[in-house]
Amino acid sequence: MGAHDTAIRARGLVKRYGDYAAVDGIDLDIPPAGCFGILGPNGAGKTTLMKMITCVSPPTAGSLEVLGVDVHGDRRALKHRLGVVPQGETLDSDLTVRENLTSFGVYHDVGRRVVGERADQLLAFAHLADRADARIEELSGGMKRRLLVARALVNDPELVVLDEPTTGLDPQARQLVWERLRRLRREGKTLLITTHYMEEAQRLCDRLAVLHHGRVIAEGTPAELLAAHTAPRVVEVHGEQANVEEVYRVVGGMARDVESVGDRILIYTDDGEEIAARITQAGLATQGLLLREASLEDVFLRLTGHALVD
Amino acid sequence: MTTTPAPPGSRLLAAWRWPDVSWPQALRMWRRNAVLFRRGWRLFVIPNFFEPVLYLLSIGLGLGLYIGQRIMGVEYVVFIAPGLAAASAMNGAVFEVTYNVYVKLQYLRLYDAVITTPLEPEDAAAGEIAWAVTRSLMYGVAFVIVMALLGYVRSPWAVLAPVGLALIGLGFASLGMVVTATIPRMELYTYFFTLFITPMFLFSGIFFPIDRLPEAAQPVAWFTPLHHGVELLRALCLTGDIAVAGVHTLWLVVFAALVFPPAVNLFRRRLIV
Repeated sequence: MGAHDTAIRARGLVKRYGDYAAVDGIDLDIPPAGCFGILGPNGAGKTTLMKMITCVSPPTAGSLEVLGVDVHGDRRALKHRLGVVPQGETLDSDLTVRENLTSFGVYHDVGRRVVGERADQLLAFAHLADRADARIEELSGGMKRRLLVARALVNDPELVVLDEPTTGLDPQARQLVWERLRRLRREGKTLLITTHYMEEAQRLCDRLAVLHHGRVIAEGTPAELLAAHTAPRVVEVHGEQANVEEVYRVVGGMARDVESVGDRILIYTDDGEEIAARITQAGLATQGLLLREASLEDVFLRLTGHALVD
Repeated sequence: MTTTPAPPGSRLLAAWRWPDVSWPQALRMWRRNAVLFRRGWRLFVIPNFFEPVLYLLSIGLGLGLYIGQRIMGVEYVVFIAPGLAAASAMNGAVFEVTYNVYVKLQYLRLYDAVITTPLEPEDAAAGEIAWAVTRSLMYGVAFVIVMALLGYVRSPWAVLAPVGLALIGLGFASLGMVVTATIPRMELYTYFFTLFITPMFLFSGIFFPIDRLPEAAQPVAWFTPLHHGVELLRALCLTGDIAVAGVHTLWLVVFAALVFPPAVNLFRRRLIV
């Protein structure tokens, strides 16, 4: 397969730290253009995978090609085509906002004049034009994250890798980052993001892979994942009386699956109304009942959480 | 591909492999520091520059008053001045690659960000070492100029002092970088400074010739890199004995060539896991 078919191609990819396998045999094809999401709970191996893709952590075994280039090959040339938004805040706090962009442009060997123009465009893009000469410590969390995204674009990369781009942001700041990422997707860039926010995955991603214990346990479009791993409707039962066994006895074979998540019981089904009626009749939903469409959150919990019935 | 476990010792040996440094990239790391320095040099330069001058005044002139004896045919203050120039080059380099680099490494996470660009860890390490050498040169040369103004320079070979100062800077910047790449906590630098840098400053021939040391301690002092820096600067600025200067230069070149590769390779190992 050539560079035009896949942006990222992993085969049997493994990353071991001592005896612990953070990534434990991943096969993955990520298509170019569009946004690909990696979902997974904390510790699933998302960040490790991202580090291997961005050439800052060599794989222990397996093969990994990014933009058609082996990550063991010419890393400097490959990294020149990547933009990276790391999970933590790694801005250069000795420099101003604008200098954070120009310095990275220089590291990417972008010519001095082009760097200046691009820095100004990106400041506007990141909604930071009036903060160009501010110091990093004067920025809010949302501004820093936008600057990190802008910094990742200073070399006009083909592939932008974002590790949890909106973790810790308030809803307004998150919306702004999402809007900017959608704009990049429209411009035809390939985006790869990790997240544990299902809303983020649903809004941004064309395709998703779910990572758990260092392995890909599901992959597809959001719609495909919904169809394959959950029923169309979900009945949520809230109440102390409700325990899984009892709910299962009442709804019997009508449910595709019954699952206990925290203080709620989730019933996955094709026919929510009938089940809702039975639960209410049995007096199990003492603190309320909710009938809703299945979401990616359900897929995520089913795949990475504990399912009682399969 | 599958990596087979490396045989014991090969990991240690690999630290001496000649590192894959892209010098244009290293220069970009250097330039970041240069730009920041130019912006705030009035703030940084004063303490580093004045420290050796204070030693010169206090020990050279102050204590020197009580030392009637001439050493190597010159007054005491003139005898110690070239050694202090060597020490200022050492200190300028070491402070840069220890505390300054460690803060950028561990707290500011600067290199974690930088290595996602075409700058590899080797380039960052080489750039920082090059910058430390630059600081050695700045402090060392400034001090030699002060010496010249005070009339303490007695040989025209002093024009070659920058070469010696840069070699001292390169060796000690590399050595400091090895420590930085290895220690898990910043507090551990105190061991490096109190057990290594300070004794070297006191006993490597700046304040008295090392043949005044106890018999057993003399070879130890002779093998310290600072001793050769001191003798080189003394040969260039004082005696003008160019053959002696050549021997010590050679020693410093060998020392720098031995510590530079592990400094860069271990820095990579620290960043890339």
